[in-house]
Amino acid sequence: MARELIRLAEVSKNYRKGRELVRVLEGISLAIEEGDFVGLMGPSGSGKTTLLNLLGGLDKPSEGVIEVDGKVISALSQGALAKWRSGNIGFVFQFYNLLPVLSAARNVALPLLLTPLPASRRKQHVNTALRLVGLAERASHYPRELSGGQEQRVAIARAIVSDPPILLCDEPTGDLDRSTADEIMTLLQQLNRDYGKTIVMVTHDPRAASYAHRVLHLDKGELGAEPR
Amino acid sequence: MLTGCCISTRANWARSRGEFIRRGLVMNRFTLIWRNMWRKPVRTIFTMLAVLVVFFLFTLLEGLRLAFSLSDIGAESQERLITSHKVSLIMMLPEAYQSRIARLPGVGAVSHATWFGARYQDHPEFAQYPVAAEEYLALNPEIDLSEERRQAWLANRGGAIVGRPVASQYGWEVGDRVPLKSSIWTRANGSDVWEFDIEGIFDDTAAGVNSGVLLFHYDYFEEARAWGKGTVGWYVTRGDGSVPLEGLIASIDAEFANSPAETKTNTEAAFAQEYARQFGNIGLIVTLILAAVVFMILLVTGHTMAQSVRERIHEMGVLKTLGFTSASIFHLTVLEGLLLVLPAGLLAMFLGWGALNVLTERMGAMFPGGLQIGAYSLALGLSLMLAISLGSVFPPVIRALRLDIAALLRSS
Repeated sequence: MARELIRLAEVSKNYRKGRELVRVLEGISLAIEEGDFVGLMGPSGSGKTTLLNLLGGLDKPSEGVIEVDGKVISALSQGALAKWRSGNIGFVFQFYNLLPVLSAARNVALPLLLTPLPASRRKQHVNTALRLVGLAERASHYPRELSGGQEQRVAIARAIVSDPPILLCDEPTGDLDRSTADEIMTLLQQLNRDYGKTIVMVTHDPRAASYAHRVLHLDKGELGAEPR
Repeated sequence: MLTGCCISTRANWARSRGEFIRRGLVMNRFTLIWRNMWRKPVRTIFTMLAVLVVFFLFTLLEGLRLAFSLSDIGAESQERLITSHKVSLIMMLPEAYQSRIARLPGVGAVSHATWFGARYQDHPEFAQYPVAAEEYLALNPEIDLSEERRQAWLANRGGAIVGRPVASQYGWEVGDRVPLKSSIWTRANGSDVWEFDIEGIFDDTAAGVNSGVLLFHYDYFEEARAWGKGTVGWYVTRGDGSVPLEGLIASIDAEFANSPAETKTNTEAAFAQEYARQFGNIGLIVTLILAAVVFMILLVTGHTMAQSVRERIHEMGVLKTLGFTSASIFHLTVLEGLLLVLPAGLLAMFLGWGALNVLTERMGAMFPGGLQIGAYSLALGLSLMLAISLGSVFPPVIRALRLDIAALLRSS
């Protein structure tokens, strides 16, 4: 039996909009095991991205506790959260979010600047990550010289280069055509299956969600599980 | 064999590293700063050019300001007194006043000088004084002239000695005969052209009050001038230490009170400052105009840099997502701002310093103290560079880093 990696207990998130209090997430409790691949679906505005941000330590819950690998991240300071993120979380965004002024290799190397690794080791890590996503020969290309699918592969290489245990993906296929989306999903599946990455993926696309071990549905900030 | 092997390995490593850099694969924090800086090369080049122009102008401005300020007058000038006509410096005093001043208690030595007001060829007017040579040199020990040249000057009634900046500007050397055209003094023969033999070129060991001057013999002047005989421009007095300077000033002016030519006495330093103020007003106008230009370019530069930071707010969100802290993003952005301004600014000040040296060489007579900048100007320039780079980067970056990551990622 796999061990529990992520645990959310009665997590709520509110925003204040003028005088009005907007409740985005309501009493979410959830456990994700190590090596799991979870899809998060739901209509727009249901709180999917907010939940992903809370899991990745980009935001803090208004109420409740978030624990990752035994550490209560909801209690960490912003500085401590940043450090924790760099070692534990890899992010993949819908629009790739690569820095246009850097080549593919340099974009992939960005997270390694936060590690004490020497330049030679950083180079090795970058080469490995790019080989893994099948873009070793495009290392010196700039984002504007790559297709959407290739950009997303570079973004995935950047997410895995420091070998974090968790990948958080926000609509990773949302900007791609069907066949490229399938390639990206196959790659994520490979990272989950062969390299043991725990993946939480927000998606609107049922076909992408079909790659997940289980799919959770969010509606109006409340969670309903759908075992697969 | 081993050495050859190592050299070969090193060469391979260097080749591989060069190839790595060329292909855009080397990555460190400096690379990130450098690549961000050249995001829009045309904008970066124009910003650097603007900084270059600003600090080049700033350096020239500082040189002019210091040249007009005469803030560095030597100690001797604080000890010497100048006695001129109470109404105006252009009005003459009787030559007989010298013996009356010399008899006053507390006077150690007294001599005189007169404004000659001549120009060389088409160059601007510079200072020339007919003086009683030995008395004047004794009163002005900061005039650094070799004994040989001193004796040569004393022996030649038509001889003159000149400060090095003037000699450099006009290319005069010892032995040259130079014609000067006076706008005030005509000769008895009706000519306004006076000729002098350059007998010596002196340095000024003090702060340049005398270094832009040509000195020639009063006897020659007195004999040749068509009018004003028996009068001088002003008296130079040094006390013997037995009477305080304030007392000496009062007793000299009291001596000539209620006479047809009343006097006004002050220290030489105060006299020089008053004289410089005539030009100081011009200096002030030049300073204000250039300061306005510099300020406008500073605003444009600052705005451009701030805009470049604002364009990257989304990317700051990406960096924070990857684990960069607000502090590290702040450092990267500030370093980028400094890299954009400091090298261009320092290069501009170096070029400005070179330009001031060229101007000093060519216009030494107009700026006898030289056009120079000092440590204060360098410190002021550096402070301005820091103010531009930090002032333009701080507000947008601090505003951006106050936003939460989700808001940063949402911004386009």
